[in-house]
Amino acid sequence: MATEFHNLQELRRSASLANKVFIQRDYSEGTACRFQTKFPSELESRIERTLFEDTVKTLNTFYAEAEKIGGQSYLEGCLACATAYLIFLCMETRYEKVLKKIAKYIQEQNEKIYAPRGLLITDPIERGMRVIEVSIYEDRGSSGSSSGSSSVSVSTAR
Amino acid sequence: MHLGESTRECEYSQISTRSSTPMETPYKKKTQKKRKWETFPGRNKFYCDGRIMMAKQTGVFYLTLVLILVTCGLFFTFDCWFLAEQLTPIIPVIGGVLFLFVIGTLLRTSFSDPGVLPRATPDEAADLERQIDVANGSTGYRPPPRTKEVVINGQTVKLKYCFTCKIFRPPRASHCSLCDNCVERFDHHCPWVGNCVGKRNYRFFYMFILSLSFLTVFIFAFVITHIILNSQRIGFLSALKDSPASVLEVVVCFFSVWSIVGLSGFHTYLISSNQTTNEDIKGSWSSKRSKDNYNPYSYGNIFTNCCAALCGPLPPSLIDRRGFIQSDAPQLAPPTNGIPMYGSTQSQQSHMCDQDQCIQSTKFVLQVATTPLLQQQSSEPVILTPENGASIPGRTSLALGGPCTSLPMGQPTPPASTPSLSCHEATDLLPVHGHPHNHSHPLQEQVAHHHFLTPEEVPSPPGMLHCGSPLGHSHTMQGSFYNPASQDSLHEDSVRGLVKLSSV
Repeated sequence: MATEFHNLQELRRSASLANKVFIQRDYSEGTACRFQTKFPSELESRIERTLFEDTVKTLNTFYAEAEKIGGQSYLEGCLACATAYLIFLCMETRYEKVLKKIAKYIQEQNEKIYAPRGLLITDPIERGMRVIEVSIYEDRGSSGSSSGSSSVSVSTAR
Repeated sequence: MHLGESTRECEYSQISTRSSTPMETPYKKKTQKKRKWETFPGRNKFYCDGRIMMAKQTGVFYLTLVLILVTCGLFFTFDCWFLAEQLTPIIPVIGGVLFLFVIGTLLRTSFSDPGVLPRATPDEAADLERQIDVANGSTGYRPPPRTKEVVINGQTVKLKYCFTCKIFRPPRASHCSLCDNCVERFDHHCPWVGNCVGKRNYRFFYMFILSLSFLTVFIFAFVITHIILNSQRIGFLSALKDSPASVLEVVVCFFSVWSIVGLSGFHTYLISSNQTTNEDIKGSWSSKRSKDNYNPYSYGNIFTNCCAALCGPLPPSLIDRRGFIQSDAPQLAPPTNGIPMYGSTQSQQSHMCDQDQCIQSTKFVLQVATTPLLQQQSSEPVILTPENGASIPGRTSLALGGPCTSLPMGQPTPPASTPSLSCHEATDLLPVHGHPHNHSHPLQEQVAHHHFLTPEEVPSPPGMLHCGSPLGHSHTMQGSFYNPASQDSLHEDSVRGLVKLSSV
């Protein structure tokens, strides 16, 4: 059932976008950045539950680390204030460093786990940290899909 | 001859460029990428190629800047010499440091992104719409209530749906009607600073008003000292005549001290209790609402609250002003029953039958036309009633001189702007409020066409028939559901039209 792709380039070349699933934010612990770990039903046939939940949980820990209020963030804040925030011309904030780590992690996950299953995760920062967008791709040659939306019937009408 | 040849050559070369430009310049324009700030949908102004971001109305900001610069300039020019000689030269040094700090924090507050939430992509918006429809069941013409409840640290918080940005607002976020953006941890829109005050620039704002209070008190105290010391030598009146600038400074500082110091005190209280101006004014976490109402965001003690607000990590800007606009990313085909994403499916339009396309695109345009209008009126019909005019409790004593607290409410449009929503002008709003894709323009004729077709057949929903009444009337309307078309008959028509189409 799952279409096989060997890497991201092949995915983009030979597949067409069938559906997008959005993982919303989880505000139960306040305004800190956290995403819901509930497994969406559209992905049931595409990827194992544990793999997906691991990805989301790891992303959540990254964001928690970025937003942690502790000794290091206070030091950074005070130092920045003392230098009238000019220090950020030469140095990155902790948050930005973690965001780079997240981007790398997502790229890695896409290549290793998601692209071979015809899925693609978009970095939440590109969606304003509102959602994790998971794009579901179908092989261009396939005649039908399990998504069932009319969009697929449109794409197969080509 | 030579000249003739050269002119002919010039003409020839001119002609050749002209003939080739229709081909070349569009191509050049395509490859010349635009930065994202150029197509930003909110009402903000950008300078320095997207590095600086301010609100649309910046007149008062320049006034603030002029007041500070002039007062400090006069102080350093006229009073400092005397004070440095008579007392100590440290005075101008401290004054200088304070002045630089004030200007630095002011510029930082005014020019930075307050924490604007980017609007939802069409796919996200459609997905949310689908979820809402599924959750509420299509209830005919009455739009379903667009709130989500979430429990945060034991308190139930309602997340509201923003019709302009097409997202469920995170807790503590609010939509600023002046800037037309949703802002995270929205405090208020400050005209004196020319920007919204939100998550990313609250600490700069606080440091600005704190340092400005110190500066005002400093200047006030030392100008008075100057006059007193001088009048001991040459008499009071001649001291005043000797330095007329001092009189001006005293007057400016006297009036500023009350407002600025009061405002600093108010914000110190807000920071220590981890509330925003918005929440405080609405009394969201006040114990007067109910016995177990408490602030779920507070860390428990004052010190942690202060540190979190002022020294916590600075989140990055979510709107990426200086990034380049990518060519259309692959997007989904519009579902035939939900909200169509007209602009995003250029490649797949040919696959839809014409009638289907016509209906969907008109639906979309009607929605685009109605939703910004709906959003502008009120998205909190219940909560706003205690807030009209002078009935703001408690803080008005501090807010009298404090200009910043005069605009705490992010969402309701100030009454001054409602004339723009009058019946006959609504059609003009289509190009203004349309999203920055070009699809709304060719469809205006279709919209007008549909207005004539649909209204008579659909029974009018209750409470939607007032035309041109001021904003205040909409506040008194009952209903916990979102009551959109409360003012214009055009709204009524467009909602009816939308309803009629959705029942097709």
